[in-house]
Amino acid sequence: MNIVVCVKYVPDATADRHFEDDNTVDRVGVDGLLSELDEYAVEQALQLKEKNEGTEVTVLTVGPEQAVDAIRKGLQMGADKGVHVVDDSIAGSDALATSLVLAEAIKKVDHDLVVCGMASTDGAMGVVPAMLAERLGLPQVTLGSVIEMQGKEVRIKRDGDTATEIIGGTAPLVLSVTDQSGEARYPSFKGIMAAKKKPVETWSLSDLGVDASQVGLSAAWSQVEDTAARPPRTQGEIVADEDGSGAKALAEFLASKKFI
Amino acid sequence: MTEILVLVDHVDGAVRKTTNELLTIARRLGEPSAVFIGSPSDDAVAALKGFGAEKVYVVDDAEVKGYLVAPKAEVLHQLVEKTSPGAVLISSNAEGKEIAGRLAVKTDSGLITDAVDVQEGPVTTQSVFAGSYTVQAKVTKGTPVITVKPNAATPEQAEGAGAVEQVAVTVSDAAKAAKIVASEPRKATGRPELTEAAIVVSGGRGTGGNFEPVEHFADALGAAVGASRAAVDSGWYPHSFQVGQTGKTVSPQLYVAAGISGAIQHRAGMQTSKTIVAINKDEEAPLFELVDFGVVGDLHAVLPAATEEVNKRKG
Ligand SMILES: Cc1cc2nc3c(=O)[nH]c(=O)nc-3n(C[C@H](O)[C@H](O)[C@H](O)COP(=O)(O)OP(=O)(O)OC[C@H]3O[C@@H](n4cnc5c(N)ncnc54)[C@H](O)[C@@H]3O)c2cc1C
Ligand SMILES: Nc1ncnc2c1ncn2[C@@H]1O[C@H](COP(=O)(O)O)[C@@H](O)[C@H]1O
Repeated sequence: MNIVVCVKYVPDATADRHFEDDNTVDRVGVDGLLSELDEYAVEQALQLKEKNEGTEVTVLTVGPEQAVDAIRKGLQMGADKGVHVVDDSIAGSDALATSLVLAEAIKKVDHDLVVCGMASTDGAMGVVPAMLAERLGLPQVTLGSVIEMQGKEVRIKRDGDTATEIIGGTAPLVLSVTDQSGEARYPSFKGIMAAKKKPVETWSLSDLGVDASQVGLSAAWSQVEDTAARPPRTQGEIVADEDGSGAKALAEFLASKKFI
Repeated sequence: MTEILVLVDHVDGAVRKTTNELLTIARRLGEPSAVFIGSPSDDAVAALKGFGAEKVYVVDDAEVKGYLVAPKAEVLHQLVEKTSPGAVLISSNAEGKEIAGRLAVKTDSGLITDAVDVQEGPVTTQSVFAGSYTVQAKVTKGTPVITVKPNAATPEQAEGAGAVEQVAVTVSDAAKAAKIVASEPRKATGRPELTEAAIVVSGGRGTGGNFEPVEHFADALGAAVGASRAAVDSGWYPHSFQVGQTGKTVSPQLYVAAGISGAIQHRAGMQTSKTIVAINKDEEAPLFELVDFGVVGDLHAVLPAATEEVNKRKG
């Protein structure tokens, strides 16, 4: 079986994330890393590999030079090879363009399963897996908290808003997994050493037959007009609870705001 | 005036409040047409009409049910071709966003997700990076497909024509390739829906697994109950109540956090609440930086006493 895991290189959420002058996310000036939510995708792919002999796991990313760090992390965790799509004209792409490039790259790699995270930690749209399914003409089985595969049959458990569902489909398909699917492993020392010898291919848009005019900021299907840092919240009154004084003060506050 | 398609969000026929908000927003952009997938009751049609739907497209296709998002995207695609709308508005939940994503690809149109406001243009407002930035955006290609968060508008009633039109659509076999094998409806809590509630009271690891004080306080205020991921991961509260980056984003009038430290991933889900209150025994808890009012104390003492106090005042 062949599994392609889509992983995104994102600005560190604990660092100072900001926008550039052209209203795109600064992906170069801040520390980046493999999106935490995509670690869960790598983990599930590796668990499927362990259960299915002869499985090969490819980590695929579309992103700037440094994004190769995200691939490396996936390889250290245990993936077999990496594909990095990098091209200056990709900068500033929105989800439509990103999914277009990802889909073309996936078509060039054998795939029975395409595994994604639930959402990227920076854009947090949670739409790329559905877009990939649409573009590749594959079924989508998304937002799984428990993943099972028997032969070509995939079953996931999804904790939806109004129901807990079991969703099924037949490979090849697009799968996405949530952060409820189980902690991702840390790379072992052996894994880190082994990763150095694993192959990483670098592709440009022309390798994929995608025209540069179809992607990037100028071709974006939507445009950010303005960004503004939200004014920091100012701290209100803090009281210490002494013999029930806290509850009274709290009720007083809620009443003053007309919540009671 | 151009039509604005609004995908009706309903649970077994009961129209959700978010749909009223979408219809209200749609009136700013053009003439709202509701798209109801399923068989609406007279009440449902009346509700849509009451919030300004000029048309109600009914797609009552048994094939669509049970097959997740792909057939719904096909239905909307066919309606977009038929009506050339000015925009398509969809509720911003997991399913809505996936439908929107597929529709955007099908129609080669721009997509904006998680709008907290939509004005003429349409120009959208989004809150990004854990609520630390506000972004204004516009779709520049095709038919704008916009998913809108709960509470993005105050629903305003306005009588529309509400003309029902049955629409026949074709659903491809490919769209039926992923299906719901089993479904277990969640038990109703009797409390308001988390993302729609005006007041949310959440508990974290500090509850020590006892959510009773949190629930009682919530009930005194008529609030929904939420939880931090630490509480969910400990098995104390179901995942569907998790607030934060990988749970629900809430933006209520009042958010009360009890025994929650305020990690960035939690703040991402509640930072835009109008008023924030925290109860935490550690005065250094980062959440205190955001609060309008804070009590440093043991939630197991403060909440029950505050519940009593609230009930007393309500008389
Ligand atoms: C990829 C990723 C996604 C995540 N997504 C989410 C998410 O969606 N939502 C989320 O919430 N978290 C999320 N997290 C986890 C987040 O980082 C924190 O670990 C989590 O929010 C902590 O929950 P907590 O505040 O309840 O627990 P803690 O951080 O342990 O805080 C407990 C607090 O309770 C206080 N306390 C203890 N006892 C009492 C008492 N008797 N009375 C009053 N106060 C008391 C303590 O002083 C402390 O401040 C995510 C993490 C990652 C890596
Ligand atoms: N640039 C990218 N490169 C590789 N995978 C991506 C990229 N962007 C998004 N993805 C995948 O799509 C998922 C959802 O992303 P998003 O729709 O941006 O929230 C992520 O968890 C990744 O698995």
